[in-house]
Amino acid sequence: MIRDWMTHSAFFGLLLTIVAFEIGLLLKRKFHWSIFNAPFMSIVIVIAVLLICDIDYETYDSSAHYLSYFITPATVCFAIPLYKQIVLLKKHLRAIIVAIMSGVLASMLTVFGLSLVFGFNHQLYVTLLPKSITTAVGMEISEMFGGYATVTIVAICITGVLGNTFAETACRIFRIHDPVARGLSIGTCSHASGTTRAMMMGEIEGAMSSLAVVVACVFTVLVVSFLANLI
Amino acid sequence: MKYFSQFAIILFVSVLGELCAMALPLPIPACIYGMVLMFMALCFKIIKLEQVDDAGKFMIEVLPVMFTPPAVGLIALWDVISPIWPQLLVIIVITTAVVMVVTGHVAQFMLRHEQKPDVHKLWQHIRHPNSFHGLSH
Repeated sequence: MIRDWMTHSAFFGLLLTIVAFEIGLLLKRKFHWSIFNAPFMSIVIVIAVLLICDIDYETYDSSAHYLSYFITPATVCFAIPLYKQIVLLKKHLRAIIVAIMSGVLASMLTVFGLSLVFGFNHQLYVTLLPKSITTAVGMEISEMFGGYATVTIVAICITGVLGNTFAETACRIFRIHDPVARGLSIGTCSHASGTTRAMMMGEIEGAMSSLAVVVACVFTVLVVSFLANLI
Repeated sequence: MKYFSQFAIILFVSVLGELCAMALPLPIPACIYGMVLMFMALCFKIIKLEQVDDAGKFMIEVLPVMFTPPAVGLIALWDVISPIWPQLLVIIVITTAVVMVVTGHVAQFMLRHEQKPDVHKLWQHIRHPNSFHGLSH
């Protein structure tokens, strides 16, 4: 019965997605565990509901995909917080450019090396290549070079959960003490989810991290085509 | 109605970004062109911050939920993922740590060398190696 209802409803997938996301936010507020990261939890909850009710992905996506329609304009808006950080951007311009570029290259070369070790094909390799940057751009890059955009999104989400959970501890263990350096490294390695944590660590950390998220995805776009066809 | 006009500006920049992506034969997605155009427009005061700020904040706030529908597509790809998920997880964890260490330490190195060395202090230090920056004669 539920199946029939869902197949014929034009809004069920949309409703399910938003409710799942809200539950993710609620769990996060209640338990403060990083694993209750709303984007990650919403994916888990929606998959669980679809499996339990035996609904196929196409049925769900036929109404839910309208949400994704606004990804491009929302990503364009990232320029606004970056512009608000323009004073910091100008002040540390050289450090920002060099550090983020090294991080971006390190990310892609590590994925390249490990993909060789595990014998991955081109499709899996380009799926993981943009996994450190923000979802909207990472997904586009993965699609552009023929990867599984879906898997890229999940990889990016897991990266975000890692950054959100371990950023502070990792900074201590790896001896990153400078607040500017901390912000840059968190933003470059774990995009917006890590930035949430960086904002809790301090104002400079948060500002540098949100700046790094945007700069890192621009740099990734610039160099990814040189690396995408290596495997 | 302020959201309406703000949203129109954001959409206009997005459309320009799409045009760039179509016209230029580079592997750069439309959203990046749009982002760069928006940033330049703000820098050159073609668009004022107040003209896009509220709608922009709202869009960024709701952006995370937009990725749930495509990510749920994972269930359709389960045959591809199930044999290799441990490897995928290893790559994700190692890469994240490597990026953090590299970015953090390069940044710290660059920041330390950002402040130009004070030649006078250095000279004092060379002449009186035992004194602390020439302060304690």
